[in-house]
Order: sequence, then structure tokens, then C-alpha cells
Amino acid sequence: MILYLGEQTSPQVSAKVQAAAHKVENALAGDLIDLVPSYASLLIIYNPLTTDHLRVRKQVREALNTIAANEQREGSVVALPVYYSSESGEDLNALAERASMSVADVIELHSGSEYRVYAIGFAPGFAYLGEVDERIAAPRLSTPRQKVPRGAVAIADRQTAVYPAVSPGGWNLIGRCPQRMFNPEATPTMPVSVGDQVKFEPISRERFIELGGQL
Amino acid sequence: MSFDVIQPGMLSLLQDEGRYGQHAIGLTTGGPMDLNAYRLCNRLLQNAENCTALEVSFGGLQLEAKVDTFICVTGAKMPLLINDEERALWRVHKVLAGDIVRLDFASAGCRSYLGTADGFDIPQSFGSSATVVREHIGGLNGDKLTPGDNLPCYRVSHRTLLALPPQLQPAYGNEIRVRVIPGYQEHQFNRIQQRRFYSSEFVVSDRCDRMGYRLEGSPIQCDIEGILSEGICYGAIQIPADGQPIVLLNDRQTIGGYPKIGSALSLDAAKLAQMTPGCRVHFEPISIHAAHNALTMAHSFDHRLPLKEKTT
Repeated sequence: MILYLGEQTSPQVSAKVQAAAHKVENALAGDLIDLVPSYASLLIIYNPLTTDHLRVRKQVREALNTIAANEQREGSVVALPVYYSSESGEDLNALAERASMSVADVIELHSGSEYRVYAIGFAPGFAYLGEVDERIAAPRLSTPRQKVPRGAVAIADRQTAVYPAVSPGGWNLIGRCPQRMFNPEATPTMPVSVGDQVKFEPISRERFIELGGQL
Repeated sequence: MSFDVIQPGMLSLLQDEGRYGQHAIGLTTGGPMDLNAYRLCNRLLQNAENCTALEVSFGGLQLEAKVDTFICVTGAKMPLLINDEERALWRVHKVLAGDIVRLDFASAGCRSYLGTADGFDIPQSFGSSATVVREHIGGLNGDKLTPGDNLPCYRVSHRTLLALPPQLQPAYGNEIRVRVIPGYQEHQFNRIQQRRFYSSEFVVSDRCDRMGYRLEGSPIQCDIEGILSEGICYGAIQIPADGQPIVLLNDRQTIGGYPKIGSALSLDAAKLAQMTPGCRVHFEPISIHAAHNALTMAHSFDHRLPLKEKTT
């Protein structure tokens, strides 16, 4: 069953998705198999052998009614260090040129705002962050790269993300983050979850290496 | 105590029922593509549910037993040979240390389940041993079997040699009817497109894998090209811009932005997973009530299957 809580990407809709996920999780308890919160929707996967859609529908409706109008589940603010450079972000220069601004301005705009974690998916630990300042928004590459390095910080349209592992990808690379976004051995496995705020902090090459970053 | 891998075959993966409750960090479910055959394998072996078995796709596997135990193979028609002697599928067999177990290429269906008594002893990651190669998680180092791997298992000296009667064994043909619960963006497909989808014949393309089965047929047009990325359930049917449906299966991405016309009933999606390129697929819409009844009836039927002891 999928629940739609809005039609567009916005922090308000995302907050609603968050609140609904929390309530639905409690309401369905043992009948729930998994939940997938995203930009404006919540996919509810229930066990059809222990419950049925009519009961789930009723429980979800009741759960949603208990969300207070001003209820906000505030996520935490997570700071992620980024070494911005053409050495660590192959598309940084091209992106600056496209935006008709200096590389320094691109870095300032990208690191100047807080981003909300709207969804996690595509690959384990891949967090979709939004929204990037319109001036540095950039379409996906026409030919995706076969291999994007782990930690690559990238922009696609008005979204930004840190690649959690080496993978193919078509986003514009602008820097690299030394912190792992997904580590199966760590607890928690991810530094962020849906609803959190992320802030990027520019760091030097030396600091990047010091924090365990690899070029 | 193990089975040693002499030949891994084309794609052999350790699987339990799958990884659940981890979608929030982007992990997919994995697990057996044909859940029914996998479950019967464990039941015939008198194993607990969720025991780790080997999913062998297409065939070509060769193992050497390093332990006395019992095995059972269910699923696709893949000839099973123990020390070069052909043995029945859907039946428990005793194996001794030194025995060579072979699964040749499938003549019908494409996925088999080789289970051992009490299952393979594989550590869980994120609550499951299911191997998802794309995520490098589960199984042995998150990868498919390679020559020289050791599959740890248990020494077991007593098991009843149960078998599933031949008339109850599933037949894997080359044509399938997939029941679909319309949903998601169904209203973004106009009536003509919906009719075309439910009345056309589609063919399984070469691009069919554990993530999803891409079909080929009369293109289905959608009024929209993409949607805000949202959760994708097992069996969801995506229609990308080229109009060729993709039925998403065990290793699907957890979220995606292509419009979806509905979801295949899980029972039928598992049957689709036994199909190979060139097989024909027809879709049929059913209500969510009918889907619920079908699931409940199948569950009850499975639990009343007469599993009988066979003496050779």
C-alpha cells in the first residue's frame, strides 16, 4: 500500500512523510514487513497472511488522524566534511563554467545551505539531499560514468548526494567526503537518516587525507 | 564440515528468505526468486523456515561433500547427479563425505534450490544471509559462488527421506499468466493503453535478472514520463519511456521514478522468475480482494501438501 502525502518536494511534505512513517510503524506493529519513506510518499509493506488491506487501511487512517497539525519530528543536523577541488570533483570546473561563476562561488553556494535528507535508496546508504541552490543546479551527464568513487559529492538537478560506495553514476562530481556514508560494520551504519539536515563543511586537501580520505 | 565448490555454475547464490526491515537504509530484500520452491526444499529436509539454501540459476554446479548429511533439490528441471548417478528432484537424499554432487543445465525453468539438513551455516548481515551481489552483502563475502569456496554446513545422521509426489511438483512451461493488482500510477495510463497492456502478449527479453524482468511487446504509453521517486514493492510493473514493461523482483532498487501500472501478484512474480528469454507472458487484472484470497488459499494449500516418505 502506498500513501501519498503531497505532490511536490518540500520540507513540509517530507516532515509529514516522517510523522506518518513513525505513526504507521507503531500502528501496524507485527503486521508490518517494511516501510519506504520517500519525497512525498510512504510505501507500506504488510504481511497479507496476518492482516488484510481493509484493516491496514483503517489502521493507517486512524494513525494519520493522531498526527497533530504542528507535530514535527525534527531530525538531527549532521555536518559532513568535503574536499572541493577539480582533483576530487572532476566536474567542478565545468559546473562553474556552466553557472557562469567562479569555482569559489560554487563551493560557497553548495556549502552555504542545509539540505534535508528526502529519501534513501538507489544503493545502500545513498541519501538524496535537497534542495540545491538553483544557480548551481545541473542536469545529469549525458553519458554516466562507469565508476564513481566512494565519497564523491555530486549534484543532479536540484539534488545533491555523497556516493556511499564505488558505483556507476551520472551525477556531476564536485568534491569528495572522507566520511563513510554506509559502513555495514558500524553502528549506526549510516550517519544520516530520512528527515535529518546535512551541512557540508569545506576542508583542505591535507585535512581530507588526515580524515582518511583517498584520492 | 562443508561442501567444496568445484564448479560454481553460471550464478549460484546463498539465500535465506530475504532481508526485511532494511529498506530505510536502501537495502533491497534479495532472497529466493522462487520462494515456493525454496520453502518446499526446507520443508522436505524437515528444516526450520529461513534456513540458508543455494539458489542455482541455469545450472552447471558441481560440489564435493566433505561431510555426511542430507540434501534436497527443488525447482527447475536440472538433472541432479550424485557420483554420476541421476537422482530425483523434490526428494531428500543422503550424501557421504567424498560424494560429488552435480546439477546440470535446466531443461525447464531456470532456478533450483539445493538445501542441506539444517541449512548452510552462513553468518547473517542485516538480519539475513541472502546474497545481493549488487550490494556486496550476504552469502560468502557478498558474492556469488566461485571455485574453491567452502560452504559450511552441519553433520546430520538422521532425516526422513521425504519426497513431493510427482503430480504435485510444479511444471515450468514457457507461457505464463501473471495476475496484476492495478495501482500506483494506473490512472496515468489511459483506457486504450490499459487494454493494450492486459490484452497483449509480451516476451521475456534478454535483460532479465534478479533485479527485474524486462519484457518486450506492444509499447504501452504513459501520460507522464517520470514521477517523484517513490518506494517500489516486489512485483511492481514499471513502464519506462520506451513502453516496455519491467517486472521488479527480489534485488530491485528500493525507490525509483518510472511510472508503474500495477503490481504482479507475488505468487505469479515468483513463477515469472523461472522463465527464460523468449517465454511468453500475459497480464490479467485482479482486485485486491481476489489477490488476498489467492494468497491465503495458496498458503493453506502449501501447508496441506502430502510430503511422503519414499523407500528406494
